[in-house]
Amino acid sequence: MDIQLDIVSAEGEIFSGRARLVILPGSEGELGITPRHAPLLTLIKPGEVRVQTPDGEEQSFYVGGGALEVQPNRITVLADTAARAHDLDEAAALAAQQRAQEALSGHLDKISYAEAQAELARAVAQIKLIQKLRKIKG
Amino acid sequence: MPGTKEIRSKIASVKSTQKITKAMEMVAASKMRRAQERMRMARPFAAASRRVITHLNQANPDYRHPFMVERPAKAIGAIVVSTDRGLCGALNANTFKTTLQLARQSQRAGASVSLCVLGNKGLGFFRRLDYPILASTTGLGDRPHVADLIGAVKVMLDAYRDGRLDRLVLVHAQFVNTMTQRPRTLQLLPIEANPEVEAGLPEHWDYIYEPSAAEILDALLIRYLESQVYQGMVENVACEMAARMVAMKAASDNAGELITELQLVYNKARQAAITKELAEIVGGAAAV
Repeated sequence: MDIQLDIVSAEGEIFSGRARLVILPGSEGELGITPRHAPLLTLIKPGEVRVQTPDGEEQSFYVGGGALEVQPNRITVLADTAARAHDLDEAAALAAQQRAQEALSGHLDKISYAEAQAELARAVAQIKLIQKLRKIKG
Repeated sequence: MPGTKEIRSKIASVKSTQKITKAMEMVAASKMRRAQERMRMARPFAAASRRVITHLNQANPDYRHPFMVERPAKAIGAIVVSTDRGLCGALNANTFKTTLQLARQSQRAGASVSLCVLGNKGLGFFRRLDYPILASTTGLGDRPHVADLIGAVKVMLDAYRDGRLDRLVLVHAQFVNTMTQRPRTLQLLPIEANPEVEAGLPEHWDYIYEPSAAEILDALLIRYLESQVYQGMVENVACEMAARMVAMKAASDNAGELITELQLVYNKARQAAITKELAEIVGGAAAV
């Protein structure tokens, strides 16, 4: 008895294949899902997802939280790539707002000019290094 | 007739420029392939979350999440995706033009417009105009991460939730092929409830929800929207690399042409110098 399991994150697929047992950290407690589990939709906490494949092997993945969907014929884990918490999200939002304000009040020019200069210096250094290597090789 | 020495140093300088543009072209080509790969990788998540959201909607027809309620569009928010660096042709200019068109259209219809700008170039452009910029994220690099977008997207979603925005769109460059990138406008909010019914499943069934359907739907919708923005961002990176590749190829070709022309001028100048010298020697000999 096994079931199709897909663990996907917004940045890529983490696991796709058959599984006999999936153990994951649900928001309301540890969950173990076997085939023919009742349809379930729940949120999961950051932690380890353990998968038992049909040939008895056990694989484990770390997820930063997300959602779990159990359907009669498939299990889908929508995994977060980053740790999420209300405060963290709030802080990120504030930072994004601040950046916009800073840009509007005119700090951008200085920053981008300095950044461009630094980047130019790096590029020049790289080109010099490449030329040196070529001379040694040639 | 310019001196042969000046021409020679000019050729050398054009040649070194050509080396740089050639290197940039090749770097852009390999980065483009990787960006395309990431574009492909991002698809399963959007499809899976879309499927779950559709399902939730069908199972709970009486509950409507605020993100799904259509309101008269009096305030429009746009998330504009741009690149961090230049040298990529008209890519950013096209995106900005589309955004401005959208903004003017909305204003003519009596709606206010506010922006969320991703990428340095966009920030540099829109800060000179008088549309309010609610949030911004720059310096995402060639490999953007969802984590970098959460803040900026949250600002826009919160504004929508509070009723400060009635519609949210995403403007980014769409990757058609290596030669063609088109600006695209995608409506993020409100999400149209998908009427299509998934085949092969009994019509009346529901999940067990832990904790509650509303809470899960909220978390899912936020992640879905973030993944949409992320996808737009990654696609924009692929476009950036493709556009840079083409621009750098044109630059390398132009440099090649310039070198050929300069070489010709150099040869002529050299020949003229030799002829002159010969004539002088012959003249000198004749005088003696």
